Amino acid sequence: MTLNAELSRRIYTDMWRIRLFEEEALRQTSLGSVKGTLHTYCGEEAIAVAVCAHLRDDDYVLGTHRSHGHCLAKGAPMDRMMAELFGRTTGSCRAKGGSMHIADFSRNILGANGIVAGGIGPGTGTALASKIRKSDQVSVVFFGDGAAARGPFHEGLLFGSLWKLPVIYVCENNGYQQWVPRRNVAVVDSVADMAASYAIPGVSVDGQDLEAVYGAAEEAVARARRGEGPTLIEARTYRFYGHSLGDMEEYRSREEVDDWRENRDPIKLFSAWMKERQWLGDDEDEAIQTEVKAEIVRSVTYAEESPLPSPEDVMTDVLDDEWRVSA
Amino acid sequence: MRTIALRDALREALHEEMARDDSVFVIGEDVIAHGGPYTVTQGIVDKWPERIFETPIAEAGIVGLGVGAALAGMRPVVEIMYVDFITCAMDEVVNQAAKMRYMTGGQASVPIVIRLPCGPARLVAAQHSQIMESWFMHVPGLQVVAPSTPYDAKGLMKTAIRSPDPVAFFEYKALYVSEGEVPEEDYVIPFGKADIKREGEDATVVAIGGMVPRALEAGIALEDEGYDIEVVDPRTLAPLDMETICESVRRTGRVVVCEMDSSFAGTGAEIAAALAEQCFHDLRAPIVRVGSPHVPMPFAEELVNVTVPDAKAVANAVRKVMA
Repeated sequence: MTLNAELSRRIYTDMWRIRLFEEEALRQTSLGSVKGTLHTYCGEEAIAVAVCAHLRDDDYVLGTHRSHGHCLAKGAPMDRMMAELFGRTTGSCRAKGGSMHIADFSRNILGANGIVAGGIGPGTGTALASKIRKSDQVSVVFFGDGAAARGPFHEGLLFGSLWKLPVIYVCENNGYQQWVPRRNVAVVDSVADMAASYAIPGVSVDGQDLEAVYGAAEEAVARARRGEGPTLIEARTYRFYGHSLGDMEEYRSREEVDDWRENRDPIKLFSAWMKERQWLGDDEDEAIQTEVKAEIVRSVTYAEESPLPSPEDVMTDVLDDEWRVSA
Repeated sequence: MRTIALRDALREALHEEMARDDSVFVIGEDVIAHGGPYTVTQGIVDKWPERIFETPIAEAGIVGLGVGAALAGMRPVVEIMYVDFITCAMDEVVNQAAKMRYMTGGQASVPIVIRLPCGPARLVAAQHSQIMESWFMHVPGLQVVAPSTPYDAKGLMKTAIRSPDPVAFFEYKALYVSEGEVPEEDYVIPFGKADIKREGEDATVVAIGGMVPRALEAGIALEDEGYDIEVVDPRTLAPLDMETICESVRRTGRVVVCEMDSSFAGTGAEIAAALAEQCFHDLRAPIVRVGSPHVPMPFAEELVNVTVPDAKAVANAVRKVMA
């Protein structure tokens, strides 16, 4: 689908939904309402929204420890996500998963994943399921550049290519593997180059440029749906906040962060891109942000008013307790 | 009733379940060529060529794909050639398959069966002979199955495939060719139901997997000494049917717990601890455990013979609790 004014406004709105959801979540950690840690996606929003714009409700998405953006872009209800961060029983995972394991199976969002590269094998497996069932559902696995060092990345890509599975591997290369610059621990600059080892297309795009990610994803999703196999997309990006809460960020300079925030913010860039085309006026821009802010407030209210779990909840959901075998 | 080998019973279960349910598929190394090293997957490629996947040697990938396919509603039966190799896919088993239902607040179902051929056979030493059941018992969200007879193997495999949650299915390599009566019709064996393999009055011998035939052999030998032992086979280690085990121990007042794996922090340790908590006052002698010493599996037969407990070791343990 061509990137038209209406679709662009929807995508733009989703970028703000991700940005403001996370900034509110960060605020709520300082208030003590959100406990545990958070890995924020701020600065990387263009990738999730541009990729998910090509997906149907029944397509699969698997994420990382940094997956609020993937979930929102794939259509997870924000109020239930906020409730999950608040540890409430109305949360997406009924307070059992939290930020790092957030999932919404009603939208085929099969989960954030606290293990680096943990989603790559399973995301290739959902694609295998599509192939066996002769369904044209595609699977998208998001992962960071750190994942490209792990075995499951290599094994997953091998299987995906070997059996021509309908899967799109999206590497969000934000330049840092937690606190270590990628250049210190990687031997190839672009993760996309690693696609050659598995005989699949590898594409590197500017992850701050929504149009670029959108185009690469469009081709990859179409290729997967046609049954022609996987694509590895590397989107070069940057995270505006630290790796997780409490990151002192001693490994990068204030100037570097400020430069990205000022000049390479995907929301600012896309807003300007739309305005150039007369697809977004200043009033509309403000209205979108006002509306998103209202949605954030509603999600916080929903979370605050939701019940905390009871001690007996700890024992449920280990196995399907209702299940009994029958001949 | 007809008599078939344990590996034939497993194969029959697979074929029946694949015929019954289109979502069942097989994935693993060499599963088409020769039907796997143990021939359990033989014949599947002829009937369902689109539901059997022969893989590169990439266990993390194999199990990872299985987890994903299961999340998408398929029922993968994964063959790991030797249980020892599952260590290459422990993240996929422990962090992905086992925890997914819980982490997602009950949204996820991971109906995967991971077949784990285990135990000493053919003197293949430390990296091809482990058992490792207790590793998996310790992970919440996993079901652990260890059949000792062809009858149990077929019924438990069918239950495993129909289960909505992950199953680690231990197949003792030494038992693949052991024979027993197996009905041709469909039947299932519920998880968490131990089976009394031999009734007796004097002592309870809890035996797991490959130790069951050895315990039964010990039972025959001990008859001459006037000891009538009861052999209880838990069949599934998670869930573990302590009720049946305790009921037996309350009757006999004496118990030996046998496993082929290292006793240290093993399956028998869990059973012995649970017995101490639940049946202490019924015990007329201290619990005795039988298992391997805490060493990797050696190569030379002379060393293997003093590592893996045999029927004599079981009999000696019974004499100890009877003394």
